[in-house]
Amino acid sequence: MELAVFAITAAVALTGAVAMVLSKNAVHSALFLLLNFSAIAVLYLLLRAPFLFAIQLIVYAGAIIVLFLFVVMLLGAERHEEGADALGWQQPTALVMGIGLLAALLVVALSGPLGAPAGVAEGYGAPEAIARALFTDALLPFQVTAMLILAAIVGVVVLHLREQQRG
Amino acid sequence: MIPTYYYVALGAIMFAIGVIGVLVRRNVLVTFMSVEMMLNAANLVLVAFAFARQDILGQVIVFFVIVVAAAEVAVGLALLMAIFRTRQTTNVDDMTLLKG
Repeated sequence: MELAVFAITAAVALTGAVAMVLSKNAVHSALFLLLNFSAIAVLYLLLRAPFLFAIQLIVYAGAIIVLFLFVVMLLGAERHEEGADALGWQQPTALVMGIGLLAALLVVALSGPLGAPAGVAEGYGAPEAIARALFTDALLPFQVTAMLILAAIVGVVVLHLREQQRG
Repeated sequence: MIPTYYYVALGAIMFAIGVIGVLVRRNVLVTFMSVEMMLNAANLVLVAFAFARQDILGQVIVFFVIVVAAAEVAVGLALLMAIFRTRQTTNVDDMTLLKG
């Protein structure tokens, strides 16, 4: 049963990933990326990570995809790849090297002792457990994250100032 | 229970697709989307290993990665908007200002 859910979700995720790269229209790419993110959210549920399932849907499938769609439509960047490639030999080379990377990754991924866990511990993946880890072991990174987001907000505002407003 | 290497293999395939997307596509927005997908592939593998080892800290790391990715997308898209305002293009082949 679990394996069937995994197989279907993995197929959806890979379809979304391949279609995102192949789509000529950037809006379609963003929507296929949404499909991919949603499928990964389902995989998080299979991996007993309900908190990350919610975060994935809210932050990635919600905020980030909306931001992408907004910018793509604002710039009118749906179709901006018409002209000939400046370096024509790059694309086939990139494809070959990407497939080589995939082969290397798969060899490493499938060679380790990576069986299924013996059992699921009581309360594993519960939001309470994540909160406890977040506010004890990972308290410093958590605080640094706040500074990072503040810096990002200030940076975005500065980038959008017009020249004369900067003074 | 699904073996962990199924997830690792799925993450590896998604990562490779993301790399190929970055290298092959010329639209800078699609390139950026491919980078996001590579981050997601790494996140998936992290959660899978956290599950295999029954260690909640793996999920905490993924939480931080998602936060950083959100900040990165906000700043990155603002940069793309600034580039588009001055150069009127989203094609990476046209962004050659640093070329010697």
